[in-house]
Amino acid sequence: MHPAPSLIVFTVLSGLGFGLLVWLGLGVRAPSGMAAFILFGLGYGLSGAGLVAAAFHLGHPERALKAFSQWRSSWLSREAVLAAATLMVMAPHAAASVFAGGGLPVLGGLGAVLALATIFATAMIYAQIKAVPRWHHASTPPVFGLAALAGGALLAGLTTLALWGMLALAVAMVAHWVAGDRQFAQSGSDTGSATGLGYLGRVRLLEPPHSGQNYLLREMVYVVGRKHAHKLRLIALVLGALLPALLLMVPASYLTVALALVAHVAGMCVQRWLFFAQAEHVVGLYYGRASQD
Amino acid sequence: MTSLPAKTGRKLGLVIDLDTCVGCHACVISCKGWNTENYGAPLSDMDAYGATPEGTFLNRVHTFEVARPAAPPMVVHFPKSCLHCDDAPCVTVCPTGASYKRVEDGIVLVNETDCIGCGLCAWACPYGAREMDAAAKVMKKCTLCVDRIYNENLPAQDREPACVRTCPSGARHFGDLADPDSDVSRLVAARGGFDLMPEQGTQPVNKYLPPRGRDTLQAPDLASLCDPVTDSATGFLGWLDRALERL
Repeated sequence: MHPAPSLIVFTVLSGLGFGLLVWLGLGVRAPSGMAAFILFGLGYGLSGAGLVAAAFHLGHPERALKAFSQWRSSWLSREAVLAAATLMVMAPHAAASVFAGGGLPVLGGLGAVLALATIFATAMIYAQIKAVPRWHHASTPPVFGLAALAGGALLAGLTTLALWGMLALAVAMVAHWVAGDRQFAQSGSDTGSATGLGYLGRVRLLEPPHSGQNYLLREMVYVVGRKHAHKLRLIALVLGALLPALLLMVPASYLTVALALVAHVAGMCVQRWLFFAQAEHVVGLYYGRASQD
Repeated sequence: MTSLPAKTGRKLGLVIDLDTCVGCHACVISCKGWNTENYGAPLSDMDAYGATPEGTFLNRVHTFEVARPAAPPMVVHFPKSCLHCDDAPCVTVCPTGASYKRVEDGIVLVNETDCIGCGLCAWACPYGAREMDAAAKVMKKCTLCVDRIYNENLPAQDREPACVRTCPSGARHFGDLADPDSDVSRLVAARGGFDLMPEQGTQPVNKYLPPRGRDTLQAPDLASLCDPVTDSATGFLGWLDRALERL
Protein backbone atom coordinates (compact mmCIF):
# COMPACT_ATOMS: atom_id res chain seq x y z
CA MET A 1 0.00 0.00 0.00
CA HIS A 2 1.15 3.52 -0.72
CA PRO A 3 2.69 5.03 2.44
CA ALA A 4 1.10 8.48 2.19
CA PRO A 5 2.99 10.91 4.47
CA SER A 6 -0.32 12.45 5.61
CA LEU A 7 -1.49 9.05 6.89
CA ILE A 8 1.80 8.30 8.65
CA VAL A 9 1.78 11.70 10.37
CA PHE A 10 -1.90 11.34 11.21
CA THR A 11 -1.70 7.90 12.80
CA VAL A 12 1.49 8.67 14.77
CA LEU A 13 0.49 12.12 16.06
CA SER A 14 -3.17 11.49 16.77
CA GLY A 15 -2.22 8.20 18.45
CA LEU A 16 0.17 10.07 20.75
CA GLY A 17 -2.42 12.76 21.47
CA PHE A 18 -5.24 10.36 22.29
CA GLY A 19 -2.85 8.17 24.31
CA LEU A 20 -1.92 11.21 26.41
CA LEU A 21 -5.61 12.08 26.86
CA VAL A 22 -6.27 8.53 28.13
CA TRP A 23 -3.82 9.01 31.04
CA LEU A 24 -4.97 12.58 31.71
CA GLY A 25 -8.61 11.53 31.63
CA LEU A 26 -8.08 8.61 33.98
CA GLY A 27 -6.33 10.95 36.38
CA VAL A 28 -3.20 8.78 36.50
CA ARG A 29 -1.55 12.09 35.89
CA ALA A 30 -3.62 14.91 37.38
CA PRO A 31 -1.92 18.21 36.63
CA SER A 32 -3.40 21.57 37.50
CA GLY A 33 -2.84 25.18 36.48
CA MET A 34 -0.04 25.80 33.99
CA ALA A 35 1.06 22.14 33.87
CA ALA A 36 -2.49 21.13 32.99
CA PHE A 37 -2.63 23.83 30.31
CA ILE A 38 0.54 22.48 28.70
CA LEU A 39 -0.38 18.77 28.92
CA PHE A 40 -4.02 19.11 27.81
CA GLY A 41 -2.86 21.57 25.14
CA LEU A 42 -0.41 18.94 23.92
CA GLY A 43 -3.12 16.24 23.90
CA TYR A 44 -5.60 18.41 22.02
CA GLY A 45 -2.90 19.82 19.72
CA LEU A 46 -1.53 16.43 18.68
CA SER A 47 -4.89 14.75 18.16
CA GLY A 48 -6.23 17.84 16.37
CA ALA A 49 -3.13 18.12 14.16
CA GLY A 50 -3.52 14.45 13.28
CA LEU A 51 -7.13 14.96 12.24
CA VAL A 52 -6.16 17.96 10.09
CA ALA A 53 -3.39 15.90 8.46
CA ALA A 54 -5.95 13.16 7.74
CA ALA A 55 -8.30 15.68 6.15
CA PHE A 56 -5.50 16.62 3.73
CA HIS A 57 -5.63 13.06 2.48
CA LEU A 58 -9.21 13.53 1.24
CA GLY A 59 -10.16 14.38 -2.33
CA HIS A 60 -12.99 16.59 -1.05
CA PRO A 61 -12.14 17.86 2.45
CA GLU A 62 -15.06 20.32 2.22
CA ARG A 63 -17.46 17.38 2.55
CA ALA A 64 -15.65 15.92 5.59
CA LEU A 65 -18.64 16.53 7.91
CA LYS A 66 -20.58 13.84 6.02
CA ALA A 67 -18.11 11.33 7.45
CA PHE A 68 -19.86 11.57 10.84
CA SER A 69 -23.00 9.94 9.50
CA GLN A 70 -22.22 6.22 8.98
CA TRP A 71 -21.01 5.11 12.41
CA ARG A 72 -23.31 2.08 12.29
CA SER A 73 -21.20 0.32 9.67
CA SER A 74 -17.97 2.19 8.96
CA TRP A 75 -14.88 2.19 11.21
CA LEU A 76 -13.68 5.40 9.55
CA SER A 77 -16.92 7.13 10.46
CA ARG A 78 -16.75 5.67 13.98
CA GLU A 79 -13.24 7.07 14.34
CA ALA A 80 -14.43 10.55 13.35
CA VAL A 81 -17.40 10.41 15.76
CA LEU A 82 -15.32 9.00 18.64
CA ALA A 83 -12.51 11.53 18.10
CA ALA A 84 -14.95 14.45 18.17
CA ALA A 85 -16.78 12.99 21.20
CA THR A 86 -13.49 12.51 23.08
CA LEU A 87 -12.43 16.10 22.52
CA MET A 88 -15.85 17.45 23.54
CA VAL A 89 -16.35 15.25 26.63
CA MET A 90 -12.80 15.87 27.82
CA ALA A 91 -13.07 19.68 27.46
CA PRO A 92 -14.80 20.46 30.81
CA HIS A 93 -12.34 18.12 32.59
CA ALA A 94 -9.42 19.93 30.92
CA ALA A 95 -10.85 23.39 31.69
CA ALA A 96 -11.47 22.48 35.32
CA SER A 97 -7.92 21.11 35.64
CA VAL A 98 -6.44 24.32 34.23
CA PHE A 99 -8.66 26.94 35.87
CA ALA A 100 -10.27 25.32 38.93
CA GLY A 101 -7.24 23.43 40.19
CA GLY A 102 -8.81 20.01 39.84
CA GLY A 103 -10.40 17.81 37.17
CA LEU A 104 -13.87 16.32 36.86
CA PRO A 105 -13.21 12.58 37.35
CA VAL A 106 -16.47 11.31 35.79
CA LEU A 107 -16.08 13.28 32.55
CA GLY A 108 -12.35 12.57 32.56
CA GLY A 109 -12.94 8.84 32.90
CA LEU A 110 -15.57 8.86 30.16
CA GLY A 111 -13.21 10.88 27.95
CA ALA A 112 -10.42 8.35 28.58
CA VAL A 113 -12.68 5.47 27.51
CA LEU A 114 -13.67 7.41 24.37
CA ALA A 115 -10.00 8.21 23.62
CA LEU A 116 -9.13 4.52 23.90
CA ALA A 117 -12.06 3.66 21.63
CA THR A 118 -10.82 6.24 19.09
CA ILE A 119 -7.39 4.59 18.98
CA PHE A 120 -9.05 1.19 18.53
CA ALA A 121 -11.24 2.56 15.71
CA THR A 122 -8.15 3.90 13.92
CA ALA A 123 -6.57 0.44 14.07
CA MET A 124 -9.79 -1.25 12.90
CA ILE A 125 -9.89 0.90 9.75
CA TYR A 126 -6.87 -1.13 8.66
CA ALA A 127 -7.52 -4.41 10.47
CA GLN A 128 -10.98 -4.77 8.88
CA ILE A 129 -9.62 -4.86 5.31
CA LYS A 130 -9.56 -8.49 4.29
CA ALA A 131 -8.03 -7.61 0.92
CA VAL A 132 -4.80 -6.60 2.71
CA PRO A 133 -3.96 -9.83 4.54
CA ARG A 134 -1.08 -8.36 6.58
CA TRP A 135 -3.44 -5.87 8.23
CA HIS A 136 -6.36 -8.26 8.62
CA HIS A 137 -5.04 -9.82 11.82
CA ALA A 138 -5.63 -9.58 15.57
CA SER A 139 -2.10 -8.22 16.06
CA THR A 140 -2.89 -4.90 14.35
CA PRO A 141 -4.97 -3.17 17.09
CA PRO A 142 -2.42 -3.95 19.88
CA VAL A 143 0.35 -2.22 17.90
CA PHE A 144 -1.75 0.95 17.49
CA GLY A 145 -3.06 0.80 21.05
CA LEU A 146 0.26 0.17 22.79
CA ALA A 147 2.07 2.77 20.67
CA ALA A 148 -0.52 5.37 21.71
CA LEU A 149 -0.54 4.37 25.40
CA ALA A 150 3.26 4.08 25.72
CA GLY A 151 3.88 7.32 23.81
CA GLY A 152 1.12 9.07 25.79
CA ALA A 153 2.61 7.92 29.10
CA LEU A 154 5.98 9.21 27.97
CA LEU A 155 4.47 12.62 27.14
CA ALA A 156 2.72 12.69 30.50
CA GLY A 157 5.99 11.93 32.26
CA LEU A 158 4.63 8.66 33.65
CA THR A 159 8.00 6.97 33.33
CA THR A 160 7.18 3.61 34.93
CA LEU A 161 4.03 3.16 32.85
CA ALA A 162 5.92 4.32 29.76
CA LEU A 163 8.68 1.78 30.39
CA TRP A 164 6.26 -1.15 30.61
CA GLY A 165 4.34 0.28 27.65
CA MET A 166 7.48 0.42 25.52
CA LEU A 167 8.39 -3.18 26.34
CA ALA A 168 4.86 -4.34 25.52
CA LEU A 169 4.98 -2.32 22.29
CA ALA A 170 8.23 -4.04 21.28
CA VAL A 171 6.57 -7.45 21.73
CA ALA A 172 3.46 -6.31 19.82
CA MET A 173 5.51 -4.97 16.89
CA VAL A 174 7.50 -8.18 16.54
CA ALA A 175 4.34 -10.28 16.83
CA HIS A 176 2.68 -8.17 14.11
CA TRP A 177 5.65 -8.64 11.77
CA VAL A 178 5.99 -12.37 12.39
CA ALA A 179 2.25 -12.98 11.94
CA GLY A 180 2.05 -10.54 9.03
CA ASP A 181 4.73 -12.32 7.03
CA ARG A 182 2.52 -15.43 6.87
CA GLN A 183 -0.79 -13.70 6.31
CA PHE A 184 -0.77 -13.43 2.49
CA ALA A 185 -0.10 -17.14 2.07
CA GLN A 186 -2.76 -17.94 4.66
CA SER A 187 -5.37 -15.74 2.99
CA GLY A 188 -5.80 -18.44 0.34
CA SER A 189 -5.75 -15.85 -2.45
CA ASP A 190 -3.38 -16.48 -5.33
CA THR A 191 -3.40 -15.86 -9.07
CA GLY A 192 -5.28 -19.14 -9.51
CA SER A 193 -8.18 -18.07 -7.27
CA ALA A 194 -8.11 -14.49 -8.57
CA THR A 195 -8.67 -15.69 -12.14
CA GLY A 196 -10.54 -18.89 -11.27
CA LEU A 197 -8.16 -20.68 -13.67
CA GLY A 198 -5.97 -22.31 -11.05
CA TYR A 199 -7.58 -25.71 -11.64
CA LEU A 200 -6.11 -25.76 -15.18
CA GLY A 201 -2.49 -25.19 -14.23
CA ARG A 202 -0.08 -22.49 -13.19
CA VAL A 203 -1.44 -19.01 -14.01
CA ARG A 204 0.73 -15.97 -14.70
CA LEU A 205 0.10 -12.54 -16.15
CA LEU A 206 0.99 -12.52 -19.83
CA GLU A 207 -0.01 -8.96 -20.68
CA PRO A 208 -1.13 -6.22 -18.29
CA PRO A 209 -4.34 -4.37 -19.20
CA HIS A 210 -2.47 -1.14 -19.87
CA SER A 211 1.10 -0.07 -20.47
CA GLY A 212 1.07 2.96 -18.18
CA GLN A 213 0.38 3.65 -14.53
CA ASN A 214 -3.02 3.75 -12.88
CA TYR A 215 -4.62 4.59 -9.53
CA LEU A 216 -4.60 0.96 -8.39
CA LEU A 217 -0.92 0.44 -9.08
CA ARG A 218 0.11 3.63 -7.35
CA GLU A 219 -2.18 3.21 -4.36
CA MET A 220 -2.11 -0.53 -3.76
CA VAL A 221 0.58 -2.34 -5.72
CA TYR A 222 3.34 -0.30 -4.11
CA VAL A 223 6.68 -2.10 -4.03
CA VAL A 224 9.40 0.44 -3.28
CA GLY A 225 11.32 -0.02 -0.05
CA ARG A 226 10.53 -3.63 0.67
CA LYS A 227 14.19 -4.24 -0.11
CA HIS A 228 15.45 -2.79 3.19
CA ALA A 229 12.49 -4.03 5.18
CA HIS A 230 14.57 -6.09 7.57
CA LYS A 231 16.91 -3.22 8.47
CA LEU A 232 13.99 -0.82 8.77
CA ARG A 233 12.24 -3.20 11.15
CA LEU A 234 15.29 -3.22 13.38
CA ILE A 235 15.44 0.59 13.27
CA ALA A 236 11.73 0.83 14.14
CA LEU A 237 12.08 -1.67 16.98
CA VAL A 238 15.18 -0.02 18.48
CA LEU A 239 14.14 3.62 18.04
CA GLY A 240 10.44 3.12 18.62
CA ALA A 241 10.50 0.94 21.73
CA LEU A 242 13.82 -0.51 22.96
CA LEU A 243 15.91 2.70 23.14
CA PRO A 244 13.09 4.64 24.87
CA ALA A 245 12.73 1.72 27.32
CA LEU A 246 16.48 1.81 28.00
CA LEU A 247 16.42 5.58 28.53
CA LEU A 248 13.51 5.16 30.93
CA MET A 249 15.49 2.70 33.04
CA VAL A 250 18.15 5.28 33.94
CA PRO A 251 17.18 7.86 36.60
CA ALA A 252 14.61 10.16 34.98
CA SER A 253 15.55 13.63 33.86
CA TYR A 254 14.06 16.00 31.32
CA LEU A 255 16.89 15.11 28.95
CA THR A 256 16.37 11.33 29.03
CA VAL A 257 12.59 11.65 28.69
CA ALA A 258 12.99 14.12 25.80
CA LEU A 259 15.48 11.82 24.08
CA ALA A 260 13.16 8.86 24.63
CA LEU A 261 10.30 10.84 23.10
CA VAL A 262 12.28 11.88 20.01
CA ALA A 263 13.48 8.31 19.46
CA HIS A 264 9.98 6.91 19.98
CA VAL A 265 8.31 9.28 17.50
CA ALA A 266 11.04 8.68 14.88
CA GLY A 267 10.76 4.92 15.39
CA MET A 268 6.98 4.96 15.13
CA CYS A 269 7.18 6.92 11.87
CA VAL A 270 9.43 4.16 10.48
CA GLN A 271 7.06 1.50 11.83
CA ARG A 272 4.04 3.20 10.20
CA TRP A 273 5.91 3.62 6.94
CA LEU A 274 6.61 -0.13 6.94
CA PHE A 275 3.02 -0.82 7.98
CA PHE A 276 1.87 0.65 4.68
CA ALA A 277 4.82 -0.12 2.40
CA GLN A 278 4.97 -3.80 3.34
CA ALA A 279 1.22 -4.39 3.18
CA GLU A 280 0.36 -6.18 -0.02
CA HIS A 281 -3.13 -5.90 -1.49
CA VAL A 282 -4.58 -8.98 -3.19
CA VAL A 283 -5.34 -6.86 -6.30
CA GLY A 284 -1.60 -7.23 -7.03
CA LEU A 285 -2.47 -10.76 -8.17
CA TYR A 286 -4.18 -9.28 -11.24
CA TYR A 287 -1.03 -7.30 -11.98
CA GLY A 288 1.54 -10.07 -11.90
CA ARG A 289 2.38 -10.33 -8.21
CA ALA A 290 4.78 -13.25 -8.07
CA SER A 291 3.63 -15.97 -5.72
CA GLN A 292 6.01 -16.34 -2.82
CA ASP A 293 5.94 -20.11 -2.59
CA MET B 1 -27.15 3.70 3.98
CA THR B 2 -23.71 2.10 3.98
CA SER B 3 -25.19 -1.00 5.54
CA LEU B 4 -25.83 -3.67 2.94
CA PRO B 5 -29.42 -4.66 2.18
CA ALA B 6 -30.32 -8.05 3.69
CA LYS B 7 -31.65 -9.15 0.33
CA THR B 8 -31.99 -7.51 -3.06
CA GLY B 9 -35.03 -8.00 -5.26
CA ARG B 10 -33.01 -8.76 -8.34
CA LYS B 11 -29.30 -9.35 -8.81
CA LEU B 12 -28.36 -7.65 -12.02
CA GLY B 13 -24.89 -8.55 -13.18
CA LEU B 14 -22.62 -9.75 -15.93
CA VAL B 15 -21.56 -13.19 -17.05
CA ILE B 16 -18.20 -13.11 -18.79
CA ASP B 17 -17.17 -15.96 -21.05
CA LEU B 18 -13.42 -16.54 -20.82
CA ASP B 19 -13.72 -19.04 -23.66
CA THR B 20 -14.95 -16.57 -26.27
CA CYS B 21 -13.27 -13.33 -25.19
CA VAL B 22 -10.69 -12.45 -27.83
CA GLY B 23 -9.06 -9.64 -25.86
CA CYS B 24 -9.94 -6.85 -28.30
CA HIS B 25 -10.56 -4.27 -25.53
CA ALA B 26 -13.68 -2.97 -27.33
CA CYS B 27 -15.62 -3.23 -24.04
CA VAL B 28 -12.95 -1.09 -22.36
CA ILE B 29 -13.37 1.65 -24.95
CA SER B 30 -17.17 1.60 -25.13
CA CYS B 31 -17.34 1.68 -21.34
CA LYS B 32 -15.02 4.66 -21.19
CA GLY B 33 -16.99 6.40 -23.94
CA TRP B 34 -20.44 5.92 -22.46
CA ASN B 35 -19.41 6.71 -18.90
CA THR B 36 -17.49 9.82 -19.90
CA GLU B 37 -20.37 11.25 -21.92
CA ASN B 38 -23.24 10.39 -19.58
CA TYR B 39 -24.03 9.88 -15.88
CA GLY B 40 -21.59 11.25 -13.28
CA ALA B 41 -18.15 12.84 -13.42
CA PRO B 42 -16.35 12.05 -16.70
CA LEU B 43 -13.58 9.43 -16.69
CA SER B 44 -10.59 11.74 -17.00
CA ASP B 45 -7.23 11.17 -18.62
CA MET B 46 -4.03 12.67 -17.28
CA ASP B 47 -1.14 13.67 -19.53
CA ALA B 48 -3.11 12.14 -22.42
CA TYR B 49 -0.69 13.38 -25.10
CA GLY B 50 2.48 13.35 -22.98
CA ALA B 51 5.09 10.78 -22.06
CA THR B 52 3.16 9.09 -19.24
CA PRO B 53 -0.53 8.98 -20.14
CA GLU B 54 -2.98 7.36 -17.74
CA GLY B 55 -6.65 7.55 -17.02
CA THR B 56 -9.66 6.27 -15.16
CA PHE B 57 -11.32 3.11 -16.49
CA LEU B 58 -14.18 1.07 -15.06
CA ASN B 59 -13.36 -2.03 -17.04
CA ARG B 60 -9.95 -3.39 -18.01
CA VAL B 61 -8.83 -6.52 -19.87
CA HIS B 62 -5.93 -8.48 -18.43
CA THR B 63 -4.34 -11.40 -20.30
CA PHE B 64 -3.15 -14.49 -18.46
CA GLU B 65 -1.20 -17.54 -19.51
CA VAL B 66 -1.99 -20.91 -17.98
CA ALA B 67 0.85 -23.42 -18.05
CA ARG B 68 -0.89 -26.77 -18.13
CA PRO B 69 0.84 -29.96 -16.95
CA ALA B 70 0.46 -32.13 -20.06
CA ALA B 71 -0.74 -29.73 -22.73
CA PRO B 72 0.42 -26.56 -24.48
CA PRO B 73 0.00 -23.31 -22.51
CA MET B 74 -3.33 -21.57 -22.84
CA VAL B 75 -3.84 -17.81 -23.24
CA VAL B 76 -6.94 -16.41 -21.50
CA HIS B 77 -8.16 -12.85 -21.94
CA PHE B 78 -9.71 -11.66 -18.75
CA PRO B 79 -12.04 -8.62 -18.62
CA LYS B 80 -12.53 -7.29 -15.09
CA SER B 81 -14.97 -4.72 -13.74
CA CYS B 82 -17.07 -4.34 -10.59
CA LEU B 83 -18.66 -7.67 -9.62
CA HIS B 84 -21.55 -6.01 -7.68
CA CYS B 85 -20.91 -8.31 -4.70
CA ASP B 86 -23.73 -9.39 -2.40
CA ASP B 87 -21.42 -8.85 0.57
CA ALA B 88 -19.62 -5.82 -0.83
CA PRO B 89 -16.81 -4.69 1.52
CA CYS B 90 -16.54 -1.37 -0.38
CA VAL B 91 -20.03 -0.38 0.78
CA THR B 92 -19.72 -0.93 4.52
CA VAL B 93 -16.37 0.87 4.88
CA CYS B 94 -17.71 4.12 3.37
CA PRO B 95 -17.85 6.82 6.09
CA THR B 96 -20.32 9.10 4.31
CA GLY B 97 -22.91 6.78 2.83
CA ALA B 98 -21.81 7.70 -0.71
CA SER B 99 -21.18 4.06 -1.54
CA TYR B 100 -24.32 1.93 -1.53
CA LYS B 101 -25.98 -1.20 -2.90
CA ARG B 102 -29.44 -0.80 -4.35
CA VAL B 103 -32.20 -2.87 -2.76
CA GLU B 104 -34.22 -3.18 -5.97
CA ASP B 105 -31.58 -4.61 -8.31
CA GLY B 106 -28.35 -5.07 -6.33
CA ILE B 107 -26.29 -2.57 -8.33
CA VAL B 108 -23.43 -1.04 -6.28
CA LEU B 109 -23.20 2.71 -6.92
CA VAL B 110 -21.40 5.81 -5.67
CA ASN B 111 -23.30 8.98 -4.92
CA GLU B 112 -20.64 11.38 -6.19
CA THR B 113 -21.92 14.44 -4.35
CA ASP B 114 -21.41 12.62 -1.02
CA CYS B 115 -17.99 11.10 -1.81
CA ILE B 116 -15.13 12.72 0.13
CA GLY B 117 -12.46 10.90 -1.88
CA CYS B 118 -10.88 9.06 1.06
CA GLY B 119 -10.19 6.01 -1.08
CA LEU B 120 -11.03 3.47 1.63
CA CYS B 121 -13.58 1.66 -0.57
CA ALA B 122 -10.92 1.07 -3.21
CA TRP B 123 -8.67 -0.43 -0.53
CA ALA B 124 -11.48 -2.67 0.66
CA CYS B 125 -12.21 -4.08 -2.81
CA PRO B 126 -10.10 -7.19 -3.49
CA TYR B 127 -10.69 -6.93 -7.24
CA GLY B 128 -9.42 -3.42 -7.96
CA ALA B 129 -12.83 -2.46 -9.35
CA ARG B 130 -12.76 1.11 -8.07
CA GLU B 131 -10.56 3.94 -9.26
CA MET B 132 -10.35 7.46 -7.89
CA ASP B 133 -10.70 9.96 -10.69
CA ALA B 134 -7.65 12.22 -10.66
CA ALA B 135 -9.59 15.25 -11.96
CA ALA B 136 -12.93 14.95 -10.15
CA LYS B 137 -11.36 13.48 -6.94
CA VAL B 138 -14.32 11.16 -6.45
CA MET B 139 -14.47 7.37 -6.62
CA LYS B 140 -15.55 5.92 -9.96
CA LYS B 141 -16.85 2.43 -10.55
CA CYS B 142 -18.96 0.35 -12.91
CA THR B 143 -22.61 1.41 -12.69
CA LEU B 144 -23.75 -1.53 -14.80
CA CYS B 145 -24.78 1.33 -17.11
CA VAL B 146 -27.70 2.15 -14.84
CA ASP B 147 -28.42 5.08 -17.19
CA ARG B 148 -28.87 2.71 -20.15
CA ILE B 149 -30.60 -0.37 -18.80
CA TYR B 150 -33.74 1.50 -17.66
CA ASN B 151 -33.54 4.25 -20.28
CA GLU B 152 -36.72 4.31 -22.33
CA ASN B 153 -35.27 6.91 -24.69
CA LEU B 154 -33.01 4.19 -26.07
CA PRO B 155 -34.14 1.46 -28.48
CA ALA B 156 -34.87 -1.80 -26.59
CA GLN B 157 -31.77 -3.57 -27.89
CA ASP B 158 -29.55 -0.83 -26.45
CA ARG B 159 -30.92 -1.19 -22.91
CA GLU B 160 -27.97 -3.21 -21.71
CA PRO B 161 -24.51 -2.18 -20.47
CA ALA B 162 -22.30 -0.58 -23.13
CA CYS B 163 -19.65 -3.31 -22.75
CA VAL B 164 -22.22 -6.06 -23.42
CA ARG B 165 -23.76 -4.18 -26.34
CA THR B 166 -20.40 -3.67 -28.03
CA CYS B 167 -18.69 -7.03 -27.50
CA PRO B 168 -18.07 -8.42 -31.02
CA SER B 169 -17.57 -12.02 -29.86
CA GLY B 170 -20.58 -12.30 -27.56
CA ALA B 171 -18.39 -12.93 -24.55
CA ARG B 172 -20.39 -10.69 -22.22
CA HIS B 173 -23.94 -11.35 -21.01
CA PHE B 174 -26.21 -9.23 -18.87
CA GLY B 175 -29.21 -10.29 -16.80
CA ASP B 176 -30.78 -11.11 -13.47
CA LEU B 177 -28.73 -13.70 -11.63
CA ALA B 178 -31.30 -14.00 -8.82
CA ASP B 179 -33.78 -15.54 -11.26
CA PRO B 180 -32.80 -19.20 -11.82
CA ASP B 181 -34.66 -19.24 -15.15
CA SER B 182 -32.97 -16.19 -16.67
CA ASP B 183 -30.68 -16.70 -19.67
CA VAL B 184 -27.62 -15.73 -17.64
CA SER B 185 -28.47 -18.09 -14.76
CA ARG B 186 -29.00 -20.97 -17.15
CA LEU B 187 -25.72 -20.13 -18.88
CA VAL B 188 -23.89 -20.16 -15.55
CA ALA B 189 -25.46 -23.51 -14.65
CA ALA B 190 -24.69 -25.07 -18.03
CA ARG B 191 -21.10 -23.91 -18.26
CA GLY B 192 -20.05 -24.11 -14.62
CA GLY B 193 -19.70 -20.38 -13.98
CA PHE B 194 -17.51 -19.46 -11.03
CA ASP B 195 -16.75 -16.62 -8.59
CA LEU B 196 -13.45 -14.72 -8.47
CA MET B 197 -11.57 -15.05 -5.16
CA PRO B 198 -14.40 -16.84 -3.31
CA GLU B 199 -12.11 -17.03 -0.25
CA GLN B 200 -12.49 -13.25 0.18
CA GLY B 201 -16.13 -13.86 1.14
CA THR B 202 -17.55 -11.10 -1.07
CA GLN B 203 -20.12 -13.28 -2.85
CA PRO B 204 -19.81 -11.61 -6.25
CA VAL B 205 -22.92 -11.43 -8.45
CA ASN B 206 -20.90 -11.40 -11.70
CA LYS B 207 -19.82 -14.85 -12.84
CA TYR B 208 -17.05 -16.04 -15.14
CA LEU B 209 -17.37 -18.98 -17.53
CA PRO B 210 -14.27 -21.20 -17.81
CA PRO B 211 -12.49 -21.86 -21.12
CA ARG B 212 -13.90 -24.93 -22.85
CA GLY B 213 -11.68 -27.97 -23.25
CA ARG B 214 -9.43 -27.59 -26.31
CA ASP B 215 -9.13 -30.19 -29.12
CA THR B 216 -6.13 -32.41 -28.56
CA LEU B 217 -3.60 -32.84 -31.35
CA GLN B 218 -2.94 -36.47 -32.33
CA ALA B 219 0.84 -36.14 -32.28
CA PRO B 220 3.31 -37.33 -29.67
CA ASP B 221 4.71 -33.83 -29.32
CA LEU B 222 4.76 -30.67 -31.41
CA ALA B 223 8.56 -30.61 -31.71
CA SER B 224 8.58 -33.83 -33.73
CA LEU B 225 6.72 -32.06 -36.54
CA CYS B 226 9.76 -29.80 -37.00
CA ASP B 227 12.24 -32.62 -37.69
CA PRO B 228 13.71 -32.74 -41.25
CA VAL B 229 11.93 -35.30 -43.40
CA THR B 230 14.62 -35.77 -46.11
CA ASP B 231 15.16 -39.44 -45.26
CA SER B 232 11.78 -40.43 -46.52
CA ALA B 233 11.49 -37.94 -49.39
CA THR B 234 10.46 -39.40 -52.75
CA GLY B 235 9.98 -38.10 -56.30
CA PHE B 236 11.58 -34.81 -57.25
CA LEU B 237 12.50 -33.85 -53.70
CA GLY B 238 14.07 -37.30 -53.21
CA TRP B 239 16.14 -36.90 -56.39
CA LEU B 240 17.17 -33.36 -55.32
CA ASP B 241 18.15 -34.66 -51.89
CA ARG B 242 20.26 -37.46 -53.37
CA ALA B 243 21.83 -35.11 -55.96
CA LEU B 244 22.80 -32.55 -53.34
CA GLU B 245 24.14 -35.35 -51.15
CA ARG B 246 26.55 -36.42 -53.93
CA LEU B 247 28.02 -32.91 -54.44
